[in-house]
Amino acid sequence: MGLEIQVQVNGKNYQSEIEPRLLLVHYLREVLGLTGTHVGCETSLCGACTVLVDGRAVKSCTMLAVQADGSEITTIEGLTATPEAAGGLHPVQEGFWEKHGLQCGYCTPGMILSAVQLLRDNPSPTEAEIRHAIAGNLCRCTGYQHIVEAVEYAAKKLRSRKR
Amino acid sequence: MATATKKYVGKPLKRKEDPRLVQGIAHYVDDLTLPGMLHMGVVRSPYAHARIRGIDTTKARSAPGVAAVLTAEDLAGAIGPVPCAAQIPDMKAAPRPVLATGEVRFAGEGVAVVVANSPYTLRDAMELVDVDYDPLPVVVDPEKAVRKDAPRVHEELSDNAAYRWELEGGDVKKAFKQAERVVKLRMTNQRLVPMAMEGRGVLAQYDRGDQRLTLWSSSQIPHILRTQIAAMLNFPEYGVYVVVPEVGGGFGSKLNVYPEEALACYLAMKLGKPVKWTEGRRENFLATIHGRDEICDMEFAVKRDGTLLGMRAKIFADLGAYYQLLTPLIPTLTGLMICGCYKLPNVRVEITGVLTNKMSTDAYRGAGRPEATYFIERGMDAVAAELKIDPAELRRKNFPKPEDFPYATATGLIYDTANYQGAMELALKQAEYKKLRREQAAARKKGRLLGIGVASYVEICALGPSSAMPAGGWESATVRIEPTGRVRVLTGSSPHGQGEETSFAQIAADMLGVTMDDVIIVHGDTSAVPYGIGTFGSRTLAVGGTAMYRCLENLRDKLLKIAGHLLEEDPAKLVLRDKRIVSKRDPKKSLPFGEAVAAAYTAKSLPPGLEPGLEATNFFEPSNFTFPFGTHVAVVEVDRETGDVKLLKYVAADDCGNVINPLLVEGQLQGGIVQSIGQVFFEEAVYDEQGQLISGELTDYALPHAADIPRIETYHTVTPTPVNPMGVKGVGEAGTIGATPTLVNAVVDALAHLGVRHMDMPLKRERVWQTIQEATGGSAGKARKAR
Repeated sequence: MGLEIQVQVNGKNYQSEIEPRLLLVHYLREVLGLTGTHVGCETSLCGACTVLVDGRAVKSCTMLAVQADGSEITTIEGLTATPEAAGGLHPVQEGFWEKHGLQCGYCTPGMILSAVQLLRDNPSPTEAEIRHAIAGNLCRCTGYQHIVEAVEYAAKKLRSRKR
Repeated sequence: MATATKKYVGKPLKRKEDPRLVQGIAHYVDDLTLPGMLHMGVVRSPYAHARIRGIDTTKARSAPGVAAVLTAEDLAGAIGPVPCAAQIPDMKAAPRPVLATGEVRFAGEGVAVVVANSPYTLRDAMELVDVDYDPLPVVVDPEKAVRKDAPRVHEELSDNAAYRWELEGGDVKKAFKQAERVVKLRMTNQRLVPMAMEGRGVLAQYDRGDQRLTLWSSSQIPHILRTQIAAMLNFPEYGVYVVVPEVGGGFGSKLNVYPEEALACYLAMKLGKPVKWTEGRRENFLATIHGRDEICDMEFAVKRDGTLLGMRAKIFADLGAYYQLLTPLIPTLTGLMICGCYKLPNVRVEITGVLTNKMSTDAYRGAGRPEATYFIERGMDAVAAELKIDPAELRRKNFPKPEDFPYATATGLIYDTANYQGAMELALKQAEYKKLRREQAAARKKGRLLGIGVASYVEICALGPSSAMPAGGWESATVRIEPTGRVRVLTGSSPHGQGEETSFAQIAADMLGVTMDDVIIVHGDTSAVPYGIGTFGSRTLAVGGTAMYRCLENLRDKLLKIAGHLLEEDPAKLVLRDKRIVSKRDPKKSLPFGEAVAAAYTAKSLPPGLEPGLEATNFFEPSNFTFPFGTHVAVVEVDRETGDVKLLKYVAADDCGNVINPLLVEGQLQGGIVQSIGQVFFEEAVYDEQGQLISGELTDYALPHAADIPRIETYHTVTPTPVNPMGVKGVGEAGTIGATPTLVNAVVDALAHLGVRHMDMPLKRERVWQTIQEATGGSAGKARKAR
């Protein structure tokens, strides 16, 4: 009944035997204990469960863990270990802190990971591009404006580093 | 504010709580795991109204990994009903059992619970519970529900009218006799789903040895929950420990006591193992409280020059099938606030609270005030349109003046202080109102549908004086300066994202002349903090913060006495600054903060009569509510062909009194306004005639996302309240209250020259397009009229 998968999560290798129906988000939360990834809606609509799978922002509540076999996954807990973080908080995390991009914090991990992918693809996004990129992540607290400012802050910081 | 220094208060400081949240190392209830933990699930009724003929749990009980299956019959009354704290004279009783007993009365009501060793085996086992239902007639329309021939939600009650609440101030009959014009408008404030990003969640653990029941819950009211759980389970309150960890948003939906909280506790005790329940999103839609759902017929008696003489409001409030904690109370807040920010000496409000086969309504961000503000502000625009007066001018004419405060309303409230016109002029100036009107006139000539909406609001915050609250309106705090000089603040108010750990620390650090890092704010743990009321009604800072402020004053005075004694200086001449206590007249006379603190604990040279230690507790009882206010302006353009509404500009001028942290205030306003954008354009909890919630998932219940929202401009006036020493009023709900009528006024204004007087929310494209068609005699409009 169990299927074996091998994944790399936040730079660490894991080999697990799991039920085929186990969702990736539950694998991360229940099996690996990485509870920073949240479940918001179970239907791919809110984005609270967003993680990076092979560098792409993915909603982990509608992906089976077995589909992630052989993948590299980054969750919110692993962001400070990425090269962009340069030993501290990742600039997107820092931006959310600086610009009051969060209130209750529940959507924040997913929102941050969506923004990380955006800035990797597009280091100088316009406001409209930022709003479009995070449109798959719902936030009920902030009204999004401070999140947009947080992403703008991170973009600027990342660009200044590259110079 | 009488702080020693103002290093932190008033500054836009980033939050102390954020590092853990942005790194994913904070803990919400579902993140907690205990050894041997079991998982609970609730089997819910698919019917809105049905008799339960039988529940066969045999298969579920014998399924692998199942620890227990329970129905109301198995409980045999072991758990009391869901508590309701609100009492309205002659109100009919509609208590909610924790599991449906004999009958289900809304789709989503729990009929059985299953406990299993993993969430996945739990889902399997829940499928095996076989419930035999006998469907009964359903009633969903509150106005039809009060008819004599309507099916009854509760068979034992004479009808579905739960209560009638009436309030009259002044002489309304006379006002209408004297009226030169009477303006009528019928409006609906639709049912909404609060939709906190984190659903509800519960973890219960029972220690048989200590007879200690610990309940972790995603709640806004840990202490009230503790008291109520003790009562529901008939278990000593001293044995109940409630812990509220990180809360992923509440907006009122967690200002309640729910069946799952009591059921998990009961099962943890019965099974001797920890029991966790995590709400799914579908459950959250079906079985967590809803908000709003009021229909209002409003009638104004006015003079031709726009002077308001009187108003009548007849409101139907849909309460749902049962009372939750405050269900019956919420519509009465609409009644109390119905005058808005106007001189309206003669007012009559009649509210009928109606039982229907739906989930209960209760407090959702604003709780009664957004409805009141929406009704009066839409009404004001209707009056302005009827009298052909500019809507801003009509408001200006009827505002009480700053010198009229404290201002007594016809509904019996005393508004503390305000300058309504000041906030309105600021909003109009920033929006360039006159220019906008010229642009609108030019746009209309070209056939473009440009609309400008203005709405002014006053809200009731800092809830509130205990005499006016169902279960006490005070708040508690304990401040302890520890021997090492660190400051521990314990507050009865438990936040869910507002940033209390930051704003409270700003105040405490300034009052004691220490750094914010020296201060920790502890909340949400009933065994650590004194009994408190909770977080709701924009009360945290104004009531809970004031309790802390009183403690800090007390400890500051004590420290100054100790320092005065050690420095041989008059304490009145000493100040706390940069972790030192310094003489104002001789700065060389000073003492490190830590030494004065240590002296309080070593107690070797205290002034005579002074007790050792540095701890103070305060239960602050507010003398009145506070009444924040403001004016918002919105500009929209409606696409004649598609009905699409584009929000071009949004300007808000708000006054929440003194501001502790402008960044947090900004966050509250932005978030509140966007929640209103949701109500105005997207959101509606729609029940069909069978009582099925057909917008019961995020696929069908649209929330605003980032791409829907323009940049929102916020401005402030500052009118400190005399009600509390910091002059703060509260800001958690202002955005939600001010924005709804502003936006609808704007859309209706865009279509006003076509003859459109009103549209009910949500203003979806289809509805707007249909309205345009009807107004302009378009083909779709004609077809609909012919039907």
